[in-house]
Amino acid sequence: MDVLSLARFQYAATTIFHFFFVPLSIGLVLIVSIMETMYVVKNNEIYKKMTQFWGKFFLINFAIGVVTGILQEFQFGMNWSEYSRFMGDVFGAPLAIEALLAFFMESTFIGLWLFGWDRLSKKVHLTCIWLVTAGTSLSALWILTANSFMQHPVGFHINNGRAEMNDFLALLTNPQLWVEFPHTIFGSFATGAFVVAGISAIALLKRNHVDFYLKSFKIAIMIGLVSGVLLALVGHSQAQYLVKTQPMKMAASEGTWQNTSDPAPWTVIAKIDTKNHKNTGEIKIPYLLSFLSYGKFSGSVEGIESLQKAYVEKYGPGNYIPPVKTTFWTFRIMTVMGGLLCLLGIVGAFLVWKKKLLNNKWFLRTMVAAIAIPFIGSTTGWLMTEIGRQPWTVFGFMQTAASVSPNVSAGELLFSIIAFMSMYSIMAIVMVYLFVRTFKEGPSLDNKMTIQSNDPFDGEGYHVVTE
Amino acid sequence: MLLNELWFLLIAVLFIGFFFLEGYDFGVGMATRFVARNETERRMLINTIGPFWDANEVWMITAGGAMFAAFPNWYATLFSGFYVPLVFLLLLLIARGTAFEYRAKVAHPKWSGTWDWAIFIASLLCPFLWGVVFSSLVYGLPIDKNMNMYATFTSIVNPYTALGGVLITLLCLYHGLVFICLRTTNDIQERTRDLAKKIVWILAVAAIVFVVVTFFVTDLFAKRGVFLYPIYALDVVLLVLSAFFLSKKRDGWAFGMNAGVIVLTISSLFIGLFPRLMISNIKTSYDLTVYNSASGSYSLTVMTIVAVTLLPFVLGYSIWSYYVFRKRVSKEEHMEY
Repeated sequence: MDVLSLARFQYAATTIFHFFFVPLSIGLVLIVSIMETMYVVKNNEIYKKMTQFWGKFFLINFAIGVVTGILQEFQFGMNWSEYSRFMGDVFGAPLAIEALLAFFMESTFIGLWLFGWDRLSKKVHLTCIWLVTAGTSLSALWILTANSFMQHPVGFHINNGRAEMNDFLALLTNPQLWVEFPHTIFGSFATGAFVVAGISAIALLKRNHVDFYLKSFKIAIMIGLVSGVLLALVGHSQAQYLVKTQPMKMAASEGTWQNTSDPAPWTVIAKIDTKNHKNTGEIKIPYLLSFLSYGKFSGSVEGIESLQKAYVEKYGPGNYIPPVKTTFWTFRIMTVMGGLLCLLGIVGAFLVWKKKLLNNKWFLRTMVAAIAIPFIGSTTGWLMTEIGRQPWTVFGFMQTAASVSPNVSAGELLFSIIAFMSMYSIMAIVMVYLFVRTFKEGPSLDNKMTIQSNDPFDGEGYHVVTE
Repeated sequence: MLLNELWFLLIAVLFIGFFFLEGYDFGVGMATRFVARNETERRMLINTIGPFWDANEVWMITAGGAMFAAFPNWYATLFSGFYVPLVFLLLLLIARGTAFEYRAKVAHPKWSGTWDWAIFIASLLCPFLWGVVFSSLVYGLPIDKNMNMYATFTSIVNPYTALGGVLITLLCLYHGLVFICLRTTNDIQERTRDLAKKIVWILAVAAIVFVVVTFFVTDLFAKRGVFLYPIYALDVVLLVLSAFFLSKKRDGWAFGMNAGVIVLTISSLFIGLFPRLMISNIKTSYDLTVYNSASGSYSLTVMTIVAVTLLPFVLGYSIWSYYVFRKRVSKEEHMEY
């Protein structure tokens, strides 16, 4: 394989892996913060136990998110040095701000929270976890500011053959950011919610600590419901925005080779022939694509072929068509996952409200399986977003092939891919093992027992003294 | 043009902060083999850095981000040029970070034992790799006219950079040992202090050798001798004072003096480089400088405003965190969390 394919593979693989942990951290820390708030407000010990129990999952997960994140920051320079040279002036700023604003906050206050149960007052301790929550969301905001620039570049001009920032506010008010950020953040909240709800469902099926897990489930399903519905709404507005700014990605995600009729039908499934630019076996829902694109039941959507022609005219000869099949199917899978999140959120909240949850074994079993849904949804969503942007790294200004480091050899890349993949495989196994183990240990509700420590460095035989 | 110099200074400060802070937690990581005699002692040592190591590492990440934003060419050349060493560094940092969080999750000697070895090895090799990278920055690298660095093994790893690696490793080890003296009591504190008293002389010898070799193999003294002579003289004085205070059991002073040594030593490399960022050994005109590698003045202005606004908060809550965890770690009293 050539250097470009290897670099792309490594970037995709490490980013997908990283992004299993990121949304879960953002979602879990929100839930843990809410639980601790309930503890402080209601002064009921069970909420403290919940905070500590779910806090363990958060910490196990957060650790992997942090260490795999270091690699993400290094990788732009290591594998995409031409990109970094050309775009660093604009793209580097949000990354630096992310570190300065979010990473310091997260890492300092997580240490204070973790080691500070006995050293801080209840309210200060609670403030610490909320600051971690704020830190994780701010981190998402800044990295998505950077990503939005790649999707819809604003606030810069080309000077001396490289991009130079000339309007920082434009980066922050990039409309792309304000559809992408809420989409990602609600997806993350839903991820945390469905993991907590799913794990609780396992325990509820076994009638294990029913009060504890039912309370956890309730909190989680409410967050799952709210974020699921909001996710669908912002997802829809992001699609509408996409039609305006990256019509090629939209056309590819719909598999529309020619301009559609007016009104445009939505293709549910199709067999796509990328060679002859034809689809067979299509199942279509009339009017729906017009509605999804423009919010009304009329309007034609531009097809891939006419866009290709227009792009050749604008950017010069070349192939501007992204991998259509991948874009088409990842978009569909993501949409279905999003729909399922909404549906399960509504049903779950209804069952909780009617107090029928415990007896509905099928729904509880579904919720266990549903742990996978948000992960499939966010992975396919990002695949669609990033693959659909190809051949560009920065839409309209820099192509992926021109972004790669010229001084890194295929051999070096092969070595790093094998090294990172091996490392990540081990970490994934260990992390899942610890999740299962933490669940099996349970929330240790027996008051006579010593409370299970929340401190990763702590354990039996550990003591501390004041001098 | 003043902004370019300011950002060079800021990045230097971030790296100095990184070596000053993460330096002691690297040192503590090494001490888990050199000082601790059993599982309980290892746990105690790791607890001295428990609430801090993650935030310490953010100094490095912020330095990387600041390089990207302020000097994109520096970031691009350095990170792609040092590809293989950075792959190793990342693997070590990933293993180390995971180990800190996971080592006590399962109460089995093999489990924590494995993670503890990861902590030790990574804490030993990370400062070594950084030492190699920094000394090769001042030594000169094969950078071509397009600012791309095509490094062979020996252009990165050679006697001079290996010496730099050893020096930074020893510096972190000594720093960590004195930090342990500050954060523990009784037996383990005494043993750590005894070891530190020996290490400080090895460190002094390594430092002097490094300075002498630097004089001959780099142009640092030729360019910035005015600053470097007094800096290294002061370095020696501070190191001797640190050893002196340590023997008087004034650990706080010993730590402070060695902090000065770290600040001065890392500063000396940046001062020697300035206004260059990376030295090309192919042609002087291929050097990366704060002028030919920087972002535009608009971007630098924005970043300056952001940094000046945020840094006081970061410093404020970092200091508060140290204040909260000011108590010494020992084994006499049970701790719940």
